Amino acid sequence: MLEIKNLHARIAEDGTEIIRGLNLTVKAGEVAAIMGPNGSGKSTLSYILSGREDYEVTEGDILYNGESILELDPSERAAKGIFLAFQYPVEIPGVATMQFLKVALNEQRKYRGEDELSTPDFIRRVKEASAKLQINPDMLKRPLNVGFSGGEKKRAEILQMALLEPKLCVLDETDSGLDIDALKIVSDGVNALRSPDRAVIVITHYQRLLEYIVPDSVHVLYKGQIIKSGDKSLALDLEANGYADIIDAAA
Amino acid sequence: MNMQTAITMTAAETALVDAYTAAIGDLPGEGAVLPARDALLADLRTQGLPTRRLESWHYTDLRALLRSVPALEPTAFAERVDPLVPGSAVLAVLNGKADAKGLPATVNVRTYAESLIDGVAAADLIARDAEDAIGRINGSLVRDGFEIEVPEGTVLEQPLELQLVQSAGQNHSRFPVTFGASTKATVIERHLSVSDAASLVTVVSDLILDDNADITWIILQQQGASDSHLAQVNFDLGTNAKLRLFVINAGGKLVRQEIHGVTTGEGADFKLRGINLLGGETHTDITFTLGHDVPNTTSTEVIRNVLFDRAKGVFQGQIRVAPDAQKTDAKMACNTLLLSDDADFSAKPELEIFADDVQCGHGATVIDINPTHLYYLRARGIPENKARAMLVNAFVDEIVEELEDEGLIETLETIISVWLEKHA
Repeated sequence: MLEIKNLHARIAEDGTEIIRGLNLTVKAGEVAAIMGPNGSGKSTLSYILSGREDYEVTEGDILYNGESILELDPSERAAKGIFLAFQYPVEIPGVATMQFLKVALNEQRKYRGEDELSTPDFIRRVKEASAKLQINPDMLKRPLNVGFSGGEKKRAEILQMALLEPKLCVLDETDSGLDIDALKIVSDGVNALRSPDRAVIVITHYQRLLEYIVPDSVHVLYKGQIIKSGDKSLALDLEANGYADIIDAAA
Repeated sequence: MNMQTAITMTAAETALVDAYTAAIGDLPGEGAVLPARDALLADLRTQGLPTRRLESWHYTDLRALLRSVPALEPTAFAERVDPLVPGSAVLAVLNGKADAKGLPATVNVRTYAESLIDGVAAADLIARDAEDAIGRINGSLVRDGFEIEVPEGTVLEQPLELQLVQSAGQNHSRFPVTFGASTKATVIERHLSVSDAASLVTVVSDLILDDNADITWIILQQQGASDSHLAQVNFDLGTNAKLRLFVINAGGKLVRQEIHGVTTGEGADFKLRGINLLGGETHTDITFTLGHDVPNTTSTEVIRNVLFDRAKGVFQGQIRVAPDAQKTDAKMACNTLLLSDDADFSAKPELEIFADDVQCGHGATVIDINPTHLYYLRARGIPENKARAMLVNAFVDEIVEELEDEGLIETLETIISVWLEKHA
């Protein structure tokens, strides 16, 4: 589903290289975890997948279902099924949450040549999905993410993911700022979306999230490269021994 | 030798004087009204329209900007339209003539022409000060309007709509409105143009809010792209009176909306919320002055501007705090979204504070669309153009949402998004 080949990327504004020859393959149905110390390029990788224009790819390619996505803008990538759950969801005053959800859903459908959802159908879907995530309906009446607690923002991200039904889900530190109860609710939301035709990339600092969302593969990102890959036992190993041994071995 | 040199009149000044000469035999009111009109016109004739040399007209050189004034069109036809909010009581002024049909029973109302004819209006026909061009033009040429009194204790469940419809010519109207003690009402002052012909509209509203009155006054200005609109709201707030004044400018070529208020009772609270949607070649000016004359009064002013094309906008905001007006709390903000390199906006805040125990502040910002907001919307599949439009809408909708009336909010948001779709 996703093939990243020898990817090099830098910050557009100052030219700082962050991703330095990254290779990664994620198959349909797979849950891949990406772990790594601070500053290794985890969030940058998620932004580059979503098409954020603050970063420039200088070398290599990103193939999604066999096709390069480097020339696609963020909205086209989203409509093709790539979803990034943000580490810091953005507060947008004045944009009503329900209106935002409806426009996003219908714009994606339009791009794919599907009919727009009727309002009753849309409302029914939102109600069902938000009930599963224990989202208070009053929250949806507020402007997008404005005044949401950290946990509410993360739940709102997963709600968007559930409604938009993407094929490739990238979760950027979705566990940060969550208490145990919220972590469980969010993880259940993600697990409910696991399916043979969908891939999930979980970016996290901690093994804890991976107890709830059990990965098929674990990759260690360091200085813009994947320096080690393994199965879920690699995450346990990192939790017990830290990154130092793996970094030394890779050096 | 002392000889007064007459100014060389511009085309607009000549047209105003000609209009007066042509109309005066026909304009309502004699007795004390006629000399009051004459005096205002004489000042206009000797001093001319204000130029940028006058402080309060520095950013809107009316003499240079008002290139022409349409002739009077006494026979032009304009019809009522449906009220903005269904169920509203409507007081219509059609091409400058009050339509006395269907006056609401909940308020005491008569046409301003009646007030001119019986001479009561003569006391209104004075300029605020030497720079009051709007007062002079309107006062000399005023034909009609409504005089309204909302009796003490009245709560109007439905809005009262002052509907001013223009199709051509010049229309000069006045609205003296007294809100009795403990009244509660929403008034919509709505300016519409139903033809492409250029109109000159002047309107002066004098509002008196008695103790504990709680009033929302909404000015929705949707004149045509070649119209000139010169308007003035004067208000006086009694003890614990609350006035929320919303101004939405979404039309007109040359627009000056003046707002002048005083708080004369303790506990009075004033809120100004302004939205300027400016496109094409418009020049739109909101000029605001507020005197906090007694202790313990509050005010906040928030103006949001969106500019496209070659539009020019102005906000002048002056807050004066009298020497004994302690505990005044006043905050003013003017935020501008400039969406064209050829558009410009001038903001001039002025604070004159003569008391020592007060909270007063002001701020002005000029911004572009927030790139992080734009990216977030695009990352959810919303194409860039649509995402931009949503964010521009959001910038002004934040103000509209303070109205707390779902139906009204929805109506105004629709007007705003239709305007933005047309101009973006």
